[in-house]
Amino acid sequence: MRFIDPSIITEAIKDSVIKINYELDDSLISLIQKAKKKERSNIASSILDDIIENSEIAKEGNVPLCQDTGVVVVFAEVGFDVHIDGNIYDAINEGVRQGYSEGYLRKSMVNHPFERVNTKDNTPAMIHLSYVKGDKLTLKIASKGGGSENMSTVKMLTPAAGIDGVKKLVLDTVFQAGGKPCPPIIVGIGLGGNFEKSAIIAKESLLRPLGDKSDDPIIARLEDELYDEINKLGVGPMGVGGDTTCLAVKINYLPMHIASLPVAINIQCHSARHIEVIL
Amino acid sequence: MIRLSSPISNHDINNLKSGDKVLITGTIYTARDQAHIRLLNEKNLPFPIEGSIIYYVGPTPKKEGFAIGASGPTSSYRMDEMAVPLMEKGLKIMIGKGDRSEEFRHEMMKNNAVYLIATGGAGALLSSRIKSSKLIAYEDLGAEAIYQLEVEDFPCFVAYDVHGHNLFKDRL
Repeated sequence: MRFIDPSIITEAIKDSVIKINYELDDSLISLIQKAKKKERSNIASSILDDIIENSEIAKEGNVPLCQDTGVVVVFAEVGFDVHIDGNIYDAINEGVRQGYSEGYLRKSMVNHPFERVNTKDNTPAMIHLSYVKGDKLTLKIASKGGGSENMSTVKMLTPAAGIDGVKKLVLDTVFQAGGKPCPPIIVGIGLGGNFEKSAIIAKESLLRPLGDKSDDPIIARLEDELYDEINKLGVGPMGVGGDTTCLAVKINYLPMHIASLPVAINIQCHSARHIEVIL
Repeated sequence: MIRLSSPISNHDINNLKSGDKVLITGTIYTARDQAHIRLLNEKNLPFPIEGSIIYYVGPTPKKEGFAIGASGPTSSYRMDEMAVPLMEKGLKIMIGKGDRSEEFRHEMMKNNAVYLIATGGAGALLSSRIKSSKLIAYEDLGAEAIYQLEVEDFPCFVAYDVHGHNLFKDRL
């Protein structure tokens, strides 16, 4: 049994939320640069330049990448042989509290659907716990903006809808969203499970490394085909038209009921801010 | 490339065409969801609305030595209905991101106003074009309060113009 003090979790969350809000991952920047080389629209190309220049100003000038520093989402994978000496939820929320204050990040959480009073420290984080083999604690941490989250959807398709039904739903969702989720986007898709699980695995798919592919050959092919078809929609960066609508498509899946084909589509803006920390 | 200075005249508006790159210098006001709800209930608006520019933004907290925090646009569609009475009072330019409703676009043309977009997610870049910020109303709203900003060469694109063009639709 390995013991982990909650203060170590708090520290990791605090450092991570500050880091991801000031620094884009190199793999993301190189995808944007690659997209720019193929982009035929002048306005679209100028917007892609803005995004790259923005990442440089943020890093060097010590200004957050985006004013929407998001809701913190944490997938915590706890090893069976780990004992956390305290309350993991409190430890994570304390890290959010400290990180958003010390990092000068915007507090975007409100308390109630209608009262809408700001909680003033960006808590609570959206926390998903799972248990895995081993004696490590893995924290997958994201700051997720509201604009792209608002363009996400869950739909229960019939099994007969199949691959074509899933494709149509994804393409319609991305097209309808237009410029609102800040394209070029990353599309996270959850297939199967049930109503709520599909949404959770869609979110989790967005935390996969940008360059990877699904282990399942059918799903990997669907990721590739959707990537091509989404980029043919012509939505373009910020919806102004162009060849660059998405940077990646990620699909996670689970077994499901014989009657159902749940599909969740979680849209991520170009400022994909996430990190993985192993404690 | 078109340079604009505040306040904005009808002549300025007529000259703008969808797809034009615009650099704005002068005074702009911030307002998003909650500030709009309050503005609609005000007898006397907290800033001169005639010829004004509203920027849909909720910045990150300001650091010592900076004019403002990260300041990119938020999605404009949430302000569609609430923008109409403000345009009727003389609001000329709205800056945000993303498509808006057809109803909004027609009201906008009727009131001789335009809708510009700034690059979403470029909060650090856009903040570097803001030279000062001053809180002028609704301090309790925090990031959603109304600020008066002085900007220099603030970069935007014309999305909807008064001649009926729509950058988001014309692309297709």
